[in-house]
Amino acid sequence: MTHRLEMKQMTKKYGEFTANDQVSLTLEAGEVHAIVGENGAGKTTLMRMLYGMEQPTAGEILLNGKPVSFRGPNDAIRNGIGMVHQHFMLFGEFSVAENIVIGYEPKQAGFFRRKEAVEKVSALSEQYRIPINPQARVSTCSVGEQQRVEILKVLYQGADIIVLDEPTAVLTPLEVKDLLQTIRNLAASGKSVILITHKLQEVMEVSDRITVLRGGRVTGTVSRHETNVDDLARLMVGRELEELSQRIPLEGKRLLHVDQVTVREKQTLLDNVSFAVHHGEIVGIAGVSGNGQSELLQVISGLRPVQAGKIHLAGADVTNKSVESIRQAGLAHIPEDRYMWGTAKQESVEENALMGYQRKPDYYRRGVILRDAFRQVVRGWVDRFAIKTGSRQLQELAGNLSGGNLQKLIVARELGQETPLLVAAEPTRGVDIGAMEYIHQALIEKRNSGDGILLVSSELSEILALSDRILVMYKGRIAGELARSEATEEKISVLMAGGNVHGSDQRAV
Amino acid sequence: MELLDWSLISSTIRMVTPILLAALGGALCARVGIFNVGLEGLVLVGAFSAIVGNHFTGSLFLAILFAALVCVLFSLLFAYMTIGLRANEIVVGVAINFLALGLTTFALRAIFGVKGAFYDKEMAGLPKLDIPVIKDIPVLGDIFSGHSPLVYLAFIAAIVLYLFFYRTVTGFRVLAVGLSPVAARSLGLKVTGLQVLAITMCGILCGVAGAQLSLGQVTMFTEGMTAGRGFIALVAMMMGQSHPLGILASSFLFGLMDALSIRLQGLSLPTQFTSMLPYVLTIIAMFFVKEKSQAGGRGQSSR
Repeated sequence: MTHRLEMKQMTKKYGEFTANDQVSLTLEAGEVHAIVGENGAGKTTLMRMLYGMEQPTAGEILLNGKPVSFRGPNDAIRNGIGMVHQHFMLFGEFSVAENIVIGYEPKQAGFFRRKEAVEKVSALSEQYRIPINPQARVSTCSVGEQQRVEILKVLYQGADIIVLDEPTAVLTPLEVKDLLQTIRNLAASGKSVILITHKLQEVMEVSDRITVLRGGRVTGTVSRHETNVDDLARLMVGRELEELSQRIPLEGKRLLHVDQVTVREKQTLLDNVSFAVHHGEIVGIAGVSGNGQSELLQVISGLRPVQAGKIHLAGADVTNKSVESIRQAGLAHIPEDRYMWGTAKQESVEENALMGYQRKPDYYRRGVILRDAFRQVVRGWVDRFAIKTGSRQLQELAGNLSGGNLQKLIVARELGQETPLLVAAEPTRGVDIGAMEYIHQALIEKRNSGDGILLVSSELSEILALSDRILVMYKGRIAGELARSEATEEKISVLMAGGNVHGSDQRAV
Repeated sequence: MELLDWSLISSTIRMVTPILLAALGGALCARVGIFNVGLEGLVLVGAFSAIVGNHFTGSLFLAILFAALVCVLFSLLFAYMTIGLRANEIVVGVAINFLALGLTTFALRAIFGVKGAFYDKEMAGLPKLDIPVIKDIPVLGDIFSGHSPLVYLAFIAAIVLYLFFYRTVTGFRVLAVGLSPVAARSLGLKVTGLQVLAITMCGILCGVAGAQLSLGQVTMFTEGMTAGRGFIALVAMMMGQSHPLGILASSFLFGLMDALSIRLQGLSLPTQFTSMLPYVLTIIAMFFVKEKSQAGGRGQSSR
């Protein structure tokens, strides 16, 4: 029997390093096949070989039983393989229809028939029940809409096999639901979907079969009905996951006090926000992104001024103070966007690690940074967090690290500050299960040692696992507060959508 | 002599031509993501080669063709260094400018054996085109009729470029390359090919711009005769947001300043002062030029 796609014994070596070691995979028509694995397990390499972006060292790709070899994405597209990249490949200034037809534009004598493009795109959108507005500018579309544009683009290009690379990483819970429905619709209409992810819940919800990769090898191919999240996690990590440490009950003093803070630009971004974080407490902030969480973090860490209200940290007034003086008052910050706020991509791992330490007396004497002394510390972090820095080790450019490894570096750096307050925004975004476990453990330990943590995350599971108290933000306000004991995913979701939960009084500190 | 009359507009149209052509060329480069500072040098090379072509062939048509050809060669050098060798485009552009200045001065002596300027009274300049019907209409005729063919070509070029960008498939892809080379490459678009195409077209436009300078406005070549018009074209391009019709408007403004500065000399203002006008406007314009890339198209970075 021939499969729609068969990858046989695929091996890819980069010098000494084997990224894929005899990986085999089959895909049937109408099947959703998930490929799961930690960062660096070889998922991306495998897909790059399928998409013609990398040439395999050994192995064979059979398409409907016939061997094929692709020299570039063009070959793959022509053979009915489409890829939706994790970072969208869209043109913000073009319309939705233009983005979908680009490369295969309907034309007449060299002139672009935009009307026909809109018609074709509308028809496609109806056929696969993927709603979009063909004439909207892509830059005005939400992330979920942009992803639908990407999916329609590969369908327009005639793909029978659709590869989705970490598609849910950027979506809100509601958008994830829509996407999973879309994936099922596609499979029902005979398309085959390869889903690359490390979110096991979603895998269990939507896929027919699951292939698990670890360290470049297949550690198992299972049918969804024969497995569960725990088994998959074990296959991915190669060991049992450990339970998080017990949280010691602590009654600490007030550490951070945000008092009626208001931020107004063209519109009100933060509206009279008040809350407190105590010593020995993790306060989680949930909310659909864009409801003021980013602004709140920036205000607390000194990146954005407030128009009204006060912020006190460890007894000192830090309202509208500089980042440096707030950090000195006792704040460390894992920023939400690691590239924009967290690192300098063009600098080395060591220099990135040094940021924030350059004036500490241990590493600084008479205007000179004591690099040797500091290097020992960085090596310690790299070992402890198992940060893969690449061939040049500490001198590797930060931009060459994978997102997960860069995130670990930032987490290590900010934990190393040993400040009473840690502001952690999306601390595990893009990191794999093993590292996530480690970061969560480190946060719990910090809490147990009597420090306070303000956690902002779009992952409800993360908020629920770590927080002592949960605040939900909606439209720049604190829409509700839930104690750990009463918090459920349902209650938080309702608050996130602007609803009301009975039994949650709106305590303001 | 009056400060403002209809002939001022007529001379504006004449002055605007080289700026407009070069700015359109610059816009082509900008639209594929390359900031071409070398416009000044390219126009200068065009001006010189037009004279050379005219001198040796005696044909104005061949002279313009020769100017365009030499400029294409120069811009291919620019393309090779910026795209092929991945050199910094600003540095390469500046190098092109100095190369052009030195090379034309040197060639002036080597070919014609003169210093400073070359003038031959036997040599014919570009003819004036009288447009039937319009030339007989009182004011319009004075303004729009009786220019060199290249003047009309420049305005046609602006419209053609507009149609190219916003109506044709190739133009659409050119715009795509400039907006996001990474995305364009992932779609299998020929990014390098489209970039070279745009730079080549820029060379043609700059060559024609130079020909208008040395054969249309005067019939001679002087060292460094572009006198910063290539840089003004760069500003016109930015002010016009690299949009052909926007450039048409902004080039007009600079052409008007150019014409006005000549007119003011007639009013016994010092030449040195009046010739500052276009450049003063350039500086003022810089206050209003906003980096377009920051304005829009950032939707996809909202992760």
